[in-house]
Amino acid sequence: MARPAQTHPMQTDPMRAARARPASVHAARPQATRQRSASSDDLGLRRVLGDRMLPLLVAAMAFLASLALAGSVGAELLARHWQEGAASALTVQVPQPTSPAADNSGSRIDRVVALLRGTPGIASATALTDAQLADLLRPWLGAGAQPAALPLPGVVGVHLSDDDATDGGPDLAALGTRLDAAAPGTVLESHGIWVGRLSALARSLQACSWAALAVVAAVAAAVIAVATRAGLAARREAIEIVHGLGATDGYIAARFAARATKLAAMGGVAGSLAALPVLLLLADLAAPFGTTTPAPPPADLPAMVVGWFTALPPTLWLALPCLPLAACMIGFATAQGTVRRWLRQLP
Amino acid sequence: MVRLESVGLHYFRGGQQGPQVLRDISCTIPEGGFRWLLGPSGAGKSSLLRLLHLAVRPTQGRLVLLGADIGRAQRAELPLLRRHIGMVFQDFRLLPHLAAFDNVALPLRLAGRPEGQVRADVMEMLRWVGLGSKTGVRPAELSGGEQQRVAIARAVVGRPSLLLADEPTGNLDDVQAERLMLLLKEMNRQGATVIVASHNDALVARHPGPSLRLDRGRLVDDG
Repeated sequence: MARPAQTHPMQTDPMRAARARPASVHAARPQATRQRSASSDDLGLRRVLGDRMLPLLVAAMAFLASLALAGSVGAELLARHWQEGAASALTVQVPQPTSPAADNSGSRIDRVVALLRGTPGIASATALTDAQLADLLRPWLGAGAQPAALPLPGVVGVHLSDDDATDGGPDLAALGTRLDAAAPGTVLESHGIWVGRLSALARSLQACSWAALAVVAAVAAAVIAVATRAGLAARREAIEIVHGLGATDGYIAARFAARATKLAAMGGVAGSLAALPVLLLLADLAAPFGTTTPAPPPADLPAMVVGWFTALPPTLWLALPCLPLAACMIGFATAQGTVRRWLRQLP
Repeated sequence: MVRLESVGLHYFRGGQQGPQVLRDISCTIPEGGFRWLLGPSGAGKSSLLRLLHLAVRPTQGRLVLLGADIGRAQRAELPLLRRHIGMVFQDFRLLPHLAAFDNVALPLRLAGRPEGQVRADVMEMLRWVGLGSKTGVRPAELSGGEQQRVAIARAVVGRPSLLLADEPTGNLDDVQAERLMLLLKEMNRQGATVIVASHNDALVARHPGPSLRLDRGRLVDDG
């Protein structure tokens, strides 16, 4: 057996080291009071919880979660936009618009417009011109059709004032009765029913997005739990050794949790970054649905890039960095729970 | 002090109770006492050491160790008790991915000692067992005797109150075995309770002392 030539301690005074220990403590450097961190690899977890497969799977989960999150935020924003726009608008159809009104105070459509403009809560009421009506009908009748040859009703576009729109607007039933009295046959069409249907659709889409997020989180937790259990099986002997040396469940679980948290963070960041270009593209495609006036085409490449980034809703910019954080929390909690449950089999 | 009162031990496999490996063992080892643990293979020596190392709990009887009734102790109390017990295993049980230094440092780090103290104590201990030049070497690169010495250093670096050794001289030549016995006796002289399981009759004859003799899981001689 190879031994150092000088003073083999087992040959001389076996307890010299033990007696010398207090002196060693006093001679220790100031930083020597620091304890070893939980990220130290006493259990050899770097090899059994590798930095490829688990981060890759978590990255895939984070990518899907980003899309689900974007779906939720997008549905919410579109619903709000549609609600704000459609709830504040009414359409009034006046048959035989040029005929005299019931009280002979002018044409039927002029009487209806005057009545609407005098109604509290209505910001504007404007009769569509023949040219505007022709534009509306062109998709159905074709460019060569002559709308004047058809008995078309007059159409009045009405916008409610903002406060009234949010409060539910004026009493539409009473308004409809008054308009019918002034010009019989007049139809008042509220967009509320469409707003309600669109809101319900948006809420359903949001619920689906949240459900998808929950499923993704559950799958991520399951993946981390499986990886942790594989690590426990591979390091069973090492765990039994440190357990026998006096390691607490907390000590062992902290080693696994530190490793799982780090790998989940890597996957979370990678998945979120991978999803960003996709989200920017989707936001760019969805931008026309969120505005009434189309944006002018970008002047140059930097303007186009800035346009992509501003197209993404601020809520999403805030939510995306939370995904790696959520991945870390799932990694930490799953590893802690899995390891502590497994350790219960040891005395 | 170690006290066993009618202690029995069954192992369990898959929730099923296996054969009884220890039966009706009663004995007392005073604090600072020394005992050889003797008996043929399969007599239950390793099982008794596992019991005293708190790797298993008795399934019958009462075991009092370091002032705690092990059968009734809360599970959370056991790690602190284990830190006062040093164990030298027959198969060393070193962590293969850690260097000799880190293997010896483990008990001190588990006890939450500051890293500076750990470094000083471990270096001293490795020099003591003649491995001061191999602190960064992993177990696979050490000979059997060197691994045994790392295991011994790990067992005693925390100055345990109870030191258990399962065939500790099995991988050592006669000279090394003799040095190890001197170490164990010195630990004992300084107050540690020491229990050594051995097949080496010559070694036992050279270092006579009180012994516990087991046969087929029963204590047949205490004296």
